[in-house]
Amino acid sequence: MNSLFSQEVPLSWYLLLSAALFSLGIVGFLLKRNLITVFMSIELMLNAVNLSFVTFAHQWHEVKGQIFVFFVMMVAAAEAAVGLAIIIAVFRARATLAVDRIDLMKL
Amino acid sequence: MNGYLTHLWLIPLLPFAGFLVNGVLGRRLPKWLVTAVALLAPLAAFGLVVSAALGTFVFNVTRCAPCGPPDWGWHHPAVTLPYVENFGQWINAGALHIDFSFVLDQLSLVMLLVVTGVGFLIHVYSVGYMKGDEGYARYFSYLNLFLFFMTVLVLAGNALVMFVGWEGVGLASYLLIGFWYQKKSAADAGKKAFIVNRIGDFGFLIGMFLLLANFGTLTFSEIATKLGQDPGWTGGVVTVIALCLMLGAAGKSAQIPLYIWLPDAMEGPTPVSALIHAATMVTAGVYMVARNHVLFDHSPFALSVVAIVGAATALYAATIGLVQNDIKRVLAYSTISQLGYMFLACGVAAYSAGIFHLVTHAFFKALLFLAAGSVIHGMGGEQDLRKMGGLWKKLPVTFAVTTVGVLAIAGFFPFAGFFSKDAILYAAFQQGTNGKILWFVGLLTALLTSFYMFRLWYLAFLGKSRSPEVHPHESPWSMRGPLVILALLSICGGWIGMERFGSFLAPSVGARATEGGSAQLELTLSVVAVGVALLGWLLAHLFYREKSTLPATVSTALSGPYKLLTNKYYVDEIYGATVVKPLLGVSKYFLEWVVDVAVLGGIAWLLGGVALLAGAILQRWQSGNLRSYAAWLAAGAAAVLLFLLVPWPTVLASLSAIHFGVAGH
Repeated sequence: MNSLFSQEVPLSWYLLLSAALFSLGIVGFLLKRNLITVFMSIELMLNAVNLSFVTFAHQWHEVKGQIFVFFVMMVAAAEAAVGLAIIIAVFRARATLAVDRIDLMKL
Repeated sequence: MNGYLTHLWLIPLLPFAGFLVNGVLGRRLPKWLVTAVALLAPLAAFGLVVSAALGTFVFNVTRCAPCGPPDWGWHHPAVTLPYVENFGQWINAGALHIDFSFVLDQLSLVMLLVVTGVGFLIHVYSVGYMKGDEGYARYFSYLNLFLFFMTVLVLAGNALVMFVGWEGVGLASYLLIGFWYQKKSAADAGKKAFIVNRIGDFGFLIGMFLLLANFGTLTFSEIATKLGQDPGWTGGVVTVIALCLMLGAAGKSAQIPLYIWLPDAMEGPTPVSALIHAATMVTAGVYMVARNHVLFDHSPFALSVVAIVGAATALYAATIGLVQNDIKRVLAYSTISQLGYMFLACGVAAYSAGIFHLVTHAFFKALLFLAAGSVIHGMGGEQDLRKMGGLWKKLPVTFAVTTVGVLAIAGFFPFAGFFSKDAILYAAFQQGTNGKILWFVGLLTALLTSFYMFRLWYLAFLGKSRSPEVHPHESPWSMRGPLVILALLSICGGWIGMERFGSFLAPSVGARATEGGSAQLELTLSVVAVGVALLGWLLAHLFYREKSTLPATVSTALSGPYKLLTNKYYVDEIYGATVVKPLLGVSKYFLEWVVDVAVLGGIAWLLGGVALLAGAILQRWQSGNLRSYAAWLAAGAAAVLLFLLVPWPTVLASLSAIHFGVAGH
């Protein structure tokens, strides 16, 4: 038991998890039609990157990576605010959130 | 050089301001304001010119009385001519220096007085003549524009500035001939005038290039100095330059072979015919020859060309004038003929006589044109002499002033035309044997002139009315006023006398050596000239008053020459067949179809096709579809990763090894 928990989780596991999350984000971004799901896929990709940052920060005992994570989270929060506002405006104008049908800049 | 005249530039600028105001705002301004602007601009310019003239006059007075200026309460410094006003460098490239400069000397002063003075009178006349016209403001803006360019032309200190005015008056002439542009014949006449003038301008331009190449300057005074320093400048290149300039002058002043535009120019409003196509613009050629007289003096050949062209044109146009039935066309051919006289004078180096005739001609021909305008106005637009007659009772003022004009142009003593025509004939007579021929041609022209002018006089004003259904009315005072003033000038304009006029102009155009002349000879020649004019009158009297069947008899007896004359020697037709038609053919079949449609059009289509094709392909990238953008982005990222992660050199090396391995064995 002790041996099981005292053992460190290898670095590659974290990275593989991060890559898997990022790929899932990409796939979701490319395949989903609902704008909100697309938006959530972007958040997923951002957090996958955050995981990589934290992993390397822990590995190299470096605080810079963790600071980056805070920046990314801050930008993601701002992006969520602006993005959701845009999504609401688009929905009001078009009564749809299907990305395929939102292909014109003008209303 | 203060006081009177530090502002030469104001003279052209005032009409230009009038042009801008009426041209831009004219349609929105009330009519009285348009009129006020249009009249004030030339009046102020005329005032400036008069003040300049008075400046020279005061100078003369004070020179005679060294005790000081006469005590008139104005102690202005005198104007010394020539007075040059330089507005700085215009072109400065390599060895080429051209200033934007104006020169006021005796020659330009005389011209300015005529241009602004007669110009102002015609502006006043136009107020009445153009009263009901829709384009009232447009008309006056063009007229002011003309005065602007004409004063620039006259004041120019070098050939290039003169060329600016030269082209500008051509433009104003074009705009005013085609003033009633809805009428096709008017629009065509405007184009004809403009295009024919281009041929002359070509000569002027070549002349300028040659001047630059040989003298390195276009300034009139510097050319004169250079020619004066080296007496070796004779013939050769000077002749070529002078002939090129003469071609330009022939275009502008409607001389053979480029006179064909002037009769058609009568499509414009009549005051325009008076101002531009009789009194001022068409005399620009004479002025230009006089301005460049030093060049002509150094080339006897060019001078004789000028004289022959002038004499031939004078006689030729007068013969056509004999049979014209349109009142304005008679006057148009008469103008060409009188311009021929002026060139004849220049051709015998009697420049001041030519300018003298220019001045008096401006008076009496402007008068005749304006009187014709008054007749046309009174007849409700009728221009055909055959439909007039008996107008003296209905239009007494017009009749009186026309009589003065006819007497003046026919050269009766003591009207203005007598003095100037006499001076020209006298100068020609003194010019050796060839001069006698020129004199005789001039005399013959005088006979014809007298005949066709009295023909016009009899047909329009005397006899019985030939269209009783028309009730002519006298013109308003705005038209009669200028007529009366011009009539007075046509009477008195020559009284200054050739001698005084010539000595005034001498600093500008040189004094003419009068060898073999005597007062006796001059008197004899005058008597002969007046006798010839009287003969013309008598013939016209006989033809159009005594025996009204005589014109018909003569025209049937001489049907060949008569037909030749009524068709104006078929010159328009000849030019049409030899110049216009081949040009049109080349334009249509070669330039339009081959060059334009096939070559240029093909290139344009090719370029357009390439752009369209590229657009058709590239537009797929800009679908607006978010997911396709994202897919491209992901594919791009994948490609970059592929490029970075795969060790390409090793892969390629092993690939080629496999390949060569297979090939090797």
